[in-house]
Amino acid sequence: MPAARADEADGEWRMPARDYASTRFSPLAEITAANVRQLKEAWSFTTGVQAGHEAAPIFAGGLLYVVTPYPNHVFALDTAGKQRWKYDPKPQPSSQGVACCDVVNRGAVYDGGRLYFNTLDGNSIALDARTGKELWRTKLGKIELGETITMAPLVVKGKVLVGNSGAELGVRGWLVALDAKTGKPLWRAYSTGPDKEVLIGAGFKPFYGAERGQDLGVKSWPPEAWKIGGGTVWGWISYDPQLNLIYYGTGNPGPWNPEQRPGDNKWTAGLFARDVDTGQARWFYQFSPHDLHDYDAINENVLVDLPIGGATRKLLVRPERNGYVYVIDRASGEVISATPFVHITTSTGVDLKSGRLQYNPKTQPKPGRVVRDICPASPGAKDWQPAAWSPRTGLLYIPHQNLCQDAGTYETSYIAGTPYVGAEVRMKPGPGGHRGEFSAWDPVAAQKRWSVKENFPVWSGALATAGGVVFYGTMDGVFKALDANSGEVLWSFRTSSGIIGQPVSYRGADGKQYIAVLSGVGGWAGTIVSGEIDARDGSAALGFVNAMRDLPKYTVKGGMLHVFALP
Amino acid sequence: MRKITLAPLFGLVMLAGCEREQRQFEIPPAQAQFAKPLHAANERNAYALSQGKTLFKWFNCAGCHSNGGGGMGPALMDDHWRYGNNAEDIYASIMEGRPNGMPSFRGKLNEDQAWQLVAYVRSMSGWARQDAAPGRDDSMYPGKPENMRDQRN
Ligand code: HEC
Repeated sequence: MPAARADEADGEWRMPARDYASTRFSPLAEITAANVRQLKEAWSFTTGVQAGHEAAPIFAGGLLYVVTPYPNHVFALDTAGKQRWKYDPKPQPSSQGVACCDVVNRGAVYDGGRLYFNTLDGNSIALDARTGKELWRTKLGKIELGETITMAPLVVKGKVLVGNSGAELGVRGWLVALDAKTGKPLWRAYSTGPDKEVLIGAGFKPFYGAERGQDLGVKSWPPEAWKIGGGTVWGWISYDPQLNLIYYGTGNPGPWNPEQRPGDNKWTAGLFARDVDTGQARWFYQFSPHDLHDYDAINENVLVDLPIGGATRKLLVRPERNGYVYVIDRASGEVISATPFVHITTSTGVDLKSGRLQYNPKTQPKPGRVVRDICPASPGAKDWQPAAWSPRTGLLYIPHQNLCQDAGTYETSYIAGTPYVGAEVRMKPGPGGHRGEFSAWDPVAAQKRWSVKENFPVWSGALATAGGVVFYGTMDGVFKALDANSGEVLWSFRTSSGIIGQPVSYRGADGKQYIAVLSGVGGWAGTIVSGEIDARDGSAALGFVNAMRDLPKYTVKGGMLHVFALP
Repeated sequence: MRKITLAPLFGLVMLAGCEREQRQFEIPPAQAQFAKPLHAANERNAYALSQGKTLFKWFNCAGCHSNGGGGMGPALMDDHWRYGNNAEDIYASIMEGRPNGMPSFRGKLNEDQAWQLVAYVRSMSGWARQDAAPGRDDSMYPGKPENMRDQRN
């Protein structure tokens, strides 16, 4: 396993995924399957913001840090929940109108006494973690073009890695590396366009033929379309220190209407491996070539070394939006297996020879026609909400959806700073009628071990702990602890608003293990509550409202940090 | 985008039935001060309202406001208005933009199109003559069409 960073403090949680391998696994084991029933809320803290709280709390140097959704306030709290400092970046209000799916923020990162985070209006900011003093601020995105930033940065070898959001508005995706000391850009890799702007050069050795050729980021598009072609980088980045490679995915191509962009639409809806020093691409794999259904490929990449076919291999496990769990050789980019983890009607499988997803022509969008029973729906089998990996159980805990949709596509014109979608969607529950699931997946056997059905999409992250307990929250506001082996629900706690945040665990000043999570419903799935949508219009919030009409009966807006411990 | 041909402005006093079917085209600049009364006519005019509905999609209003239920922008079919639902308020929202992310469409829409949009936006929450508001939908919106809505929703 690539070192969960050699951090003496196993009681800290310095980045949303906890470590570079993106395991979200806490080595703390005071809270166990035997005693978790006694878990109590120790304290809570109201953020004063009432939009979707998707962030992970960060714990480092004895302080807990929280970034709120827009207006992106940052709080530093001591271990008793008392506020040490607050920082207000004052983002431009107009950024709210171009955030496709609520005004979320996925968290900050602590590194070397500094706290790094991004604002909705496209700034990357470094603060002194002790005092909250601003050290630098770099403006990266242009709101006028529909560009926002919602992702949590990753800090690797003195570089702050940041990507943009806005593929629903024809934004061209990029990932930039900033000097952690000064905030100055060191390299920028675009997701579309000529090789020199994508940072594809002599070292680019993709595993499959479809990725080889010159300037595919231009040639796999109609003329000029790559300039407004999406592929934004709003999800998760992992890092393997031995291979010196970072791994991250690119978002959907723009517009959603595939008729307007014949071709594979490189390098959208796929996964890049890049040298972190230079940004140069090593390999790329496209999960959804010429994406038909808004299957962004920005999900987390869990780096694990596992025995497959007799030998231990360096792997990347990836529960993907298109419905498959991929097991990929992270040195070469070879797909070892791709196994469905939800009901899929949009494709029939992945051809392991060519690596290519086999689309089902029956669910292919056709202009002027409504195509029914597209499964998974546009947010996919699983959206941004990150899974957790336990090396103890060898299972990946995946929070996900069970949604299908009917969709119609139409020609749309590009007007800078406005949506560039060209599709009208109506989502609905998938087979069985439940809209969410929390599944334990065995990547070696390539099968589901157990799964818990949920009424609403499970839009929160997952947390695994050495105590044999896993945690997640529901959109109707129940925070749950499950037995990591059996999936049995051992404990639950009702919060004042639905949970879409990322639970974490840390060791407090008193030596005890704490579990922390933000409540505050919203995000794409919860816009019906946070954005006060009119539920009569099922097409609202890009069609998610049709599947979520009853959510307002279960929960209200909120924004609160909850911290739990044993008595 | 289709170019709308210029035609002389009709007299403003009309029989109601006539008004519903009549087509208003671009307002000559000299008569721009008549925009408000013209708007009143738009709300009783089936052609203006259906033009407004088409423009709502063409100019990507629908991308942010969906079919009125909202998304990136607020719902427009409900009875909650941040900036007021008078014709002038809605006109200002569209042409000047609003601070929390409503872009300005000045320079993209002409006056005539803007007022057609105003009428259509008001019809979403039932502020248009019912026999003039769009009654059919080529979208997948499953609810009541605009001509079945009243101000109390
Ligand atoms: C990029 C997204 C976006 C687009 C495109 C957009 N709007 Fe908006 N609209 C918004 C947002 C966000 C607000 C709320 C602004 C605020 O509160 O300051 C808004 C507000 C409004 C309002 C005021 C609502 C109220 O409650 O007072 C109206 C009317 C409106 N828009 C109509 C339109 C029309 C008509 C179009 C197309 C010509 C359009 N919008 C295009 C995002 C958008």
